[in-house]
Amino acid sequence: MKHKTIITVVGKDTVGIIAKVCTYLAEHDINILDISQTIVAGDYFNMMMVVDRANAKGSYGEMADDLDAIGKEIGVVIRCQREEIFDSMHRI
Amino acid sequence: MISQYEVIETNEMVEKENLDVRTITIGISLLDCIDSDLEKTKSKIHDKILRITEKQVETADYIEKEYGIPIVNKRISVTPIALIGGASCKTEEDFASIAKTLDDVAKEVGVNFIGGYSALVSKAQTPADELLIRSIPQALATTERVCSSINLGSTRCGINMDGVRLMGETIKATAEATKEDDSLGCAKLVVFCNAPDDNPFMAGAFHGVTEGDAVINVGVSGPGVVRTALQKVRGESFEVLCETIKKTAFKVTRVGQLVAKEASRMLDIPFGIVDLSLAPTPAIGDSVADILCEIGLEHPGAPGTTAALALLNDQVKKGGVMASSYVGGLSGAFIPVSEDQGMIDAVTAGALTIEKLEAMTSVCSVGLDMIAIPGDTSASSISGIIADEMAIGMINGKTTAVRVIPVIGKGVGETVEFGGLLGYAPIMPVSAFGCDAFISRKGRIPAPIHSFKN
Repeated sequence: MKHKTIITVVGKDTVGIIAKVCTYLAEHDINILDISQTIVAGDYFNMMMVVDRANAKGSYGEMADDLDAIGKEIGVVIRCQREEIFDSMHRI
Repeated sequence: MISQYEVIETNEMVEKENLDVRTITIGISLLDCIDSDLEKTKSKIHDKILRITEKQVETADYIEKEYGIPIVNKRISVTPIALIGGASCKTEEDFASIAKTLDDVAKEVGVNFIGGYSALVSKAQTPADELLIRSIPQALATTERVCSSINLGSTRCGINMDGVRLMGETIKATAEATKEDDSLGCAKLVVFCNAPDDNPFMAGAFHGVTEGDAVINVGVSGPGVVRTALQKVRGESFEVLCETIKKTAFKVTRVGQLVAKEASRMLDIPFGIVDLSLAPTPAIGDSVADILCEIGLEHPGAPGTTAALALLNDQVKKGGVMASSYVGGLSGAFIPVSEDQGMIDAVTAGALTIEKLEAMTSVCSVGLDMIAIPGDTSASSISGIIADEMAIGMINGKTTAVRVIPVIGKGVGETVEFGGLLGYAPIMPVSAFGCDAFISRKGRIPAPIHSFKN
C-alpha cells in the first residue's frame, strides 16, 4: 500500500493520547511522516498525523478498527482516511 | 501538503453536515439475455446480474472504510425490461415474473433497489411496452426492491398522450394493489419526460440502450454542506451567495468522482458519470428546503421560491461540472416532498401547494416527486398532472418527472408514513376540477417547433 493515510484524533485532552497512538503505529510498522497538534478552546485536543503504510502489518480495515477501539478506550475519536479524499476535495 | 484546517473541514462535512455518497449504481445491459423462452430469459438475467454485481456491496464497504466517507446505497439499474421481455412475455404475469427475478437477485447481492422495470414510450408503445405497463401494479405489489419508470415524452418526439392516460390508470391501480402498505408501490414508480440513460437515482434509474455492457454511475449528495456554507455568508450579495454554492458543489462532487473512479478500478467496470445532485433525506439538516430558507425564504413556496431554486440549481451544476470528468444523470437540486423535512414543514404550514411545486419543477433538476395525494383522486386528474409536467419538460428541453402517491383510504389533512429514505408526507390537495375530455383524446402531442434542429 503506497498511499499515505491521514489519522485524525479529536476529543477532550488527556495524558498520553499521542503515546498510545504512536505505540500502536510502531508495533504495526506504520511510519509516521508528519504530526501536527493543537488544543482548541482550552482543552479540546486536535491532532493530525500523516502516515505511510508501505511496510505495515495487517490490513487497512484492521488498523481502522484497532485505532477506533483505542480512541474509545481513552475517550477521543480517532479516524483514518486515505489522503486522496482530502486531496481531491481541496486541490484542483 | 494538506492542512489540518482542510482535514477538519472535510470531516465536519461528513460528521455534522451529512455529506455522503448517496449511491453507487451499476448499470447492466440485459440485451444479451433476450430469449424466446421465458425461463431461459430469467435465468440469463439472474446469472448476468449476479456475475457483475457480486462484489458491489463489499467494494463499496471497503471504499467507505478507507476514505471515511459514507456510501449510503448500492443499487443496480438494467436495460428497460419491456425490451428484454418482449420476445418471451405473452401475459402480464409473464412480465411480473421477471420483476420477481430482479427482486430475488437484488436481495441475493444485497442492493436496496434495482431499477429498470421500464418502458420507453415517448412516441408510442409496442404491445410489449403496453403489457409491461399493465403488469406494473402486480409487479410492484409482489416485489420489494424493484423500481419502475416509464418515459412518456421527449423534446424530440413530443408527448405520448395514450401513454399518459394509461399511466394515470396504472398509478391508481398500483395504489390499489399496495393499499395495505399505504400505496407504497407508487413510491417506486415514476414517469419521465426526457429521461436520461445514465441516472443512478431511484426510482427512475434504468440502463439506457446507448450504454455499454456495464457501467458505474455515482450520485453524490450534500444539502447540509451547502446550507452550512451559506450560513456563513448570511446577508451577503448574490455574487457571494452563488460563489459559495459553486465552491461547495465542487468539493462535494470531487468526493463522488474519487469514489466513482476507485469503485470502477476495483470492480473493473468502466466509470460512467457522476450525478451531481442535492438529494435530501428525511434526516434533520439534510434538506434542500433548508437551503432555500437560508437563501432567504420563510418557507419553500413563498414568493421568490422559483428564483431561489433556479439560482441554486444552476450554481450546483456550475460548481460540480468542473469537479468530475463526466457529469450526467439528473444533476441538480431534487425537491421530493416526503424525503425532505423542510418541504414537509412547508406543506404543513400551508406554504407549499402542488401548483407552486409545478412551477419549481421548471427550474429544478427533476419534477413532482414523492407527493402524497388523496386516494380518491381520479385517474384522469393524475394523467392531467403528468401531462402538465411532461409539457414543461418537452418545451424546456429538460428532464421532468412525476412520482405521486394516491393514498387509498386517506384524504387531505392526513399523513402517510413510507419509512426509511422515503420518509413521510402530509396528503396534499389536488384541484377538484376535471380534465376528462382532454385526457380521453387519442394519440400524441406533436414535438415542439424547437425540436427541429437539423
